[in-house]
Amino acid sequence: MDGAEHKGVPSVIDRYFTRWYKTDLKGKPCEDHCILQHSNRICVITLAESHPILQEDKKIQRINYQISAGCSRLQNKVSGKSKRGGQFLTELAPLCRITSTDGEEYTIFSCIRGRLLEVNEDILSRPNLLLEKPSTEGYIAVILPKFEESKSITEGLLTRAEYEEVVLKRAGSNLQPC
Amino acid sequence: MLPLKVKDRPIVCTLLAAGCCARCILRFCCIGLQSAYRQPYEDLAKELLAFASAEESDKSKDATDKEPTEDPPCKKMRLETEQSHTEGGDKAETSPAQAQTDPDSANSEVCVVCLGVLQHFCDKAFAKKVSEAVATERYQFDSLVLSVSLPAQLSVREHSIWLLVKKQVREKAMCLGKDDVIQVKEAFKWIMNGLVSQELSVPVLGKSLFEVSVGFTHPETDGDCHFLATTCSDCFKPAKNKLSVFTRMAVVKALEKISEENFRRQFPCPPGHPATRCTVQDTQCLHVSVFVAGRYNKFSRTLPQTPWVIDGERRMESSVEELITAPLLSSFRSEGFNFSSSGREDVDVRTLGNGRPFAVELLNPHRAQFSKEEIREMQKAINQSSDKIRVRDLQVVTRDAVAHMKEGEEEKTKSYGALIWTLRPIEKDDIEFINDIKELKIAQKTPLRVLHRRPLAVRQRVIHTMTARFLDTHHFHLNLRTQAGTYIKEFVHGDFGRTKPNLCELMKTDTDILELDVESVDVDWPPAIED
Repeated sequence: MDGAEHKGVPSVIDRYFTRWYKTDLKGKPCEDHCILQHSNRICVITLAESHPILQEDKKIQRINYQISAGCSRLQNKVSGKSKRGGQFLTELAPLCRITSTDGEEYTIFSCIRGRLLEVNEDILSRPNLLLEKPSTEGYIAVILPKFEESKSITEGLLTRAEYEEVVLKRAGSNLQPC
Repeated sequence: MLPLKVKDRPIVCTLLAAGCCARCILRFCCIGLQSAYRQPYEDLAKELLAFASAEESDKSKDATDKEPTEDPPCKKMRLETEQSHTEGGDKAETSPAQAQTDPDSANSEVCVVCLGVLQHFCDKAFAKKVSEAVATERYQFDSLVLSVSLPAQLSVREHSIWLLVKKQVREKAMCLGKDDVIQVKEAFKWIMNGLVSQELSVPVLGKSLFEVSVGFTHPETDGDCHFLATTCSDCFKPAKNKLSVFTRMAVVKALEKISEENFRRQFPCPPGHPATRCTVQDTQCLHVSVFVAGRYNKFSRTLPQTPWVIDGERRMESSVEELITAPLLSSFRSEGFNFSSSGREDVDVRTLGNGRPFAVELLNPHRAQFSKEEIREMQKAINQSSDKIRVRDLQVVTRDAVAHMKEGEEEKTKSYGALIWTLRPIEKDDIEFINDIKELKIAQKTPLRVLHRRPLAVRQRVIHTMTARFLDTHHFHLNLRTQAGTYIKEFVHGDFGRTKPNLCELMKTDTDILELDVESVDVDWPPAIED
């Protein structure tokens, strides 16, 4: 999908990031997330390609970073090298809610513990980025894990190989992929 | 003949009784004649005793005219001193009986003020010991400065004696400033500078690039300072890199603040007699840093600029820094270095053209003098050690000149060459438009690549010009002249859309950067050196 085969060089993601996955978030089938972890420990949260939004040819109606009355991810501000002031997220902290034109609402979660550095505001004005480039320009958020947790945060996550196995099994058990 | 005056006699008597050594007595008599301190300690002690006992004879026989003066102040002064001791509620253990001048005390007992520094560590033997320690380090030097570090409690003891003498002087309607007293360090250097100079056959000066440090400690009396912490707690704040809060500076400051009464209540005046003399610490040698600058090329895409270590594990063998500094460290016989440069390139980026300016601070070099020819040889040695880098314009520079290199870092322009890949097949015409883009303003969010160590910000940068050269249907070569601080890789691949506009947007297809070279760093320092 990123054309790596054309150039004989790994894509930007494969050069610098490790892909981690979390499947069926909150028990909701196929709501899979992908976590791109940079070698410098920074993580980019994206939709996995198996996420229903990307699988079922949906259209996006609305993306909302206001996750509760009192908390909007758009209010997040960090300052300085140490990124003071960023909201601290746990694994199941919601990042945003995406509503598709068919009325379904999907919540995107942090998946890892860490400090929120930024959310992608571009997808608010161009929601199609989410559908066209889900793992690059259509990312959801950037999170900085604590230094001492940079190894342990991925312990509960699936590797790329494990994720592919899960997706394959799904295809085998259901005739319809999700 | 000692330049002591009659008025000094009572002070000499008091100090002898208090247990001061002969040289400390000279100091408190404010004798500025250096040669007086340089005479052998035993001779000086004898002479002082003779001077003092002139008073003894005055007292017993009422003027035997040993000194050319008839003034008999000593008896009176003595009595007054003893009185004042009792008046002040002095806790000193020196009883009037003890205070009787003991003719041996100046010789045998360790001085209550200098703790033996001016008694036992100010002679040819000690100068020899220090000089031998210096010689084993094999430094090259043509002069040196001698520095002394004394135990902090020495200032407390000095203060105690000063109060004692001041009181006595004041009673004669004169005054004694602390600055008039000759410092222990000063007296030490008056004696030792000449002796060390003789041993090492170089001048010992007040200032030199080469410093020899002699240190003394006195564990027995370390507790002397402790009472100051309760009276002047604000002077003793714990800090990092400090072994003890009782630094010399802190103690001196506290002594300036504390009142005379308070001090006398808490510390004996004169101070108690120590049982041991000071302990000598190892002689330390330090040559000031030498700075070497030049420009380097990096021809490898697997060579980091500085050692690359993750979780204590080495990622790549060698580095630009190590290749350049290894021959320098061995030539200068230096103990360490600091490497700095005008910007830096990624491990996979080459630096071509005239190269990137750099400077190396060589720490504590054992050899610091080199001819231009020798520097040229060092450059040759660096260049022969590896084909991954090349150094030119290698030269010795001043510390100030290094600051120069960092100044221009952000304002200057830099030129790059990049190999670009495109997802969509291209033809020659598809990249023509790039050549027409001038002064392109871009907004770069701090790249994810460096976001862990830099603040998150959006920075405006300018790409002055670009030149595209077609290679094949998926590749072209791109030359860029940009404002320093532009992240080229992110401009090309877009960094998740965080650099805008980026080359993907301009080309309306995904683009990636396969190779990057720095072609020039436009900083005109250091000056070129002819071959």
